[in-house]
Amino acid sequence: MTHFTTRAKRRFPRLLAAAFWLALWQAFSMVIGQEILLVSPVSVCLSLLELAQTAAFWASAGFSFFKILSGFLLSVSTGVLLAAAGCRFPAVDILLHPAISVMKAMPVASFTILALLWVRSENLSILVSFTMAFPIVYSNIREGILTASRELLEMAAVFQLGLWRRLAYIYLPAVFPFFLSAVSLSVGLCWKSGIAAEVIGQPAGSIGGALYQAKIFLATRELFAWTAVIAAISMLFERAVLRLAGRARRRLEET
Amino acid sequence: MDIAVSGLCKSFDGRPVLENLSAVFPDGRCTAVMGPSGQGKTTLLRILMGLEKADAGTVSGLEGKRLAAVFQEDRLFPHLSARKNLRAACPAASEEEILQALEALGLGESLHQRAASMSGGMKRRVAIARAALCRPSLLLLDEPFRGLDAETRAYTAAYLRKQTAGAALILVTHDPAEPPLLGAQATLYLGGPADPAAAEYR
Repeated sequence: MTHFTTRAKRRFPRLLAAAFWLALWQAFSMVIGQEILLVSPVSVCLSLLELAQTAAFWASAGFSFFKILSGFLLSVSTGVLLAAAGCRFPAVDILLHPAISVMKAMPVASFTILALLWVRSENLSILVSFTMAFPIVYSNIREGILTASRELLEMAAVFQLGLWRRLAYIYLPAVFPFFLSAVSLSVGLCWKSGIAAEVIGQPAGSIGGALYQAKIFLATRELFAWTAVIAAISMLFERAVLRLAGRARRRLEET
Repeated sequence: MDIAVSGLCKSFDGRPVLENLSAVFPDGRCTAVMGPSGQGKTTLLRILMGLEKADAGTVSGLEGKRLAAVFQEDRLFPHLSARKNLRAACPAASEEEILQALEALGLGESLHQRAASMSGGMKRRVAIARAALCRPSLLLLDEPFRGLDAETRAYTAAYLRKQTAGAALILVTHDPAEPPLLGAQATLYLGGPADPAAAEYR
């Protein structure tokens, strides 16, 4: 009960801030008086409720979610493996450096248009979200590995600790804060770039496709509703990944 | 088999630290290494640990030896408890052995305390318990009792001596009172007699 009260107390100012911005949005919408320019939050909620009752909504959300999730998981797995390889073999890092610099500097839109030449539009968001997230994951994990305590690594060498123990007790605690930062940054970016890719590639039955349709038909209510859906999934996904990562870390430390 | 170093040389940035050092460390006994700071005592231990490569010279007698060490720093996993630190370094030790080791060094009530929140003296004793628990055949000790009061030092040394009976011990220290605590029968003195206490002991 006390825990609940403390949490509620901590959340109250945030809820108040959210309520302020919603009220401001509602006020602006009422002042403008044209829903086609600025739809009200109430209308967005109603539109969301309507959309949620259709199978197409869930199919589109599921399609985009799994594609972007694939891009994210691909970037995390390859980012972690290549960062480890880059720390172990400096030649790998030198080799990857130009590619990562290009990935970091490249605008999402131009890469998406280029990528359309190489992959089908259904898979475009996988490639685009991977390309945007990979440099972040790689750089963060690499930095984390390099901060691993040299003193502890020497101790591990003398006591002949195996690779698993070195990973669990030395590398993981060093890398974990960097991993969280990478996940936090890249999840949002994956969603932004993935949806942008879908808007450009317009694969059938995707959130990006639905957004494009809403824009063409000036369906501002739906446009806002889909945007709210993207933001909500992105935030929930980030929380879920961070929570899972924390749980995995505790389990590893307990072994 | 005795451990022998012969013609050992090591420099850092052109500054020689070990110059043509030859010595024998008898198996099953404790040898003290003393001398002023900067004369290569820790470097010698690091070469024996395999953490540093000698510029010249040879080391023999390490084959098949199980190594353990107490470093100058505690080198504990800060996020793990005393018990888990011991378990991580010595997976072969039973739970009972771990508890006995910690209790013998006065850490019975700190089993679950994270190393990060321990006092300097407690960390030191966990590091010593860890080294002894691994049942080494060669134990390298770099100022192992630093920061411990006389009483704690005495019972910690007695525990270490009992647990590592039959192993070769190499003890680096500045304090001439420490080698007798571990039953050191020989002293290797590195460097000039700048430290009067060490010179006297020699």
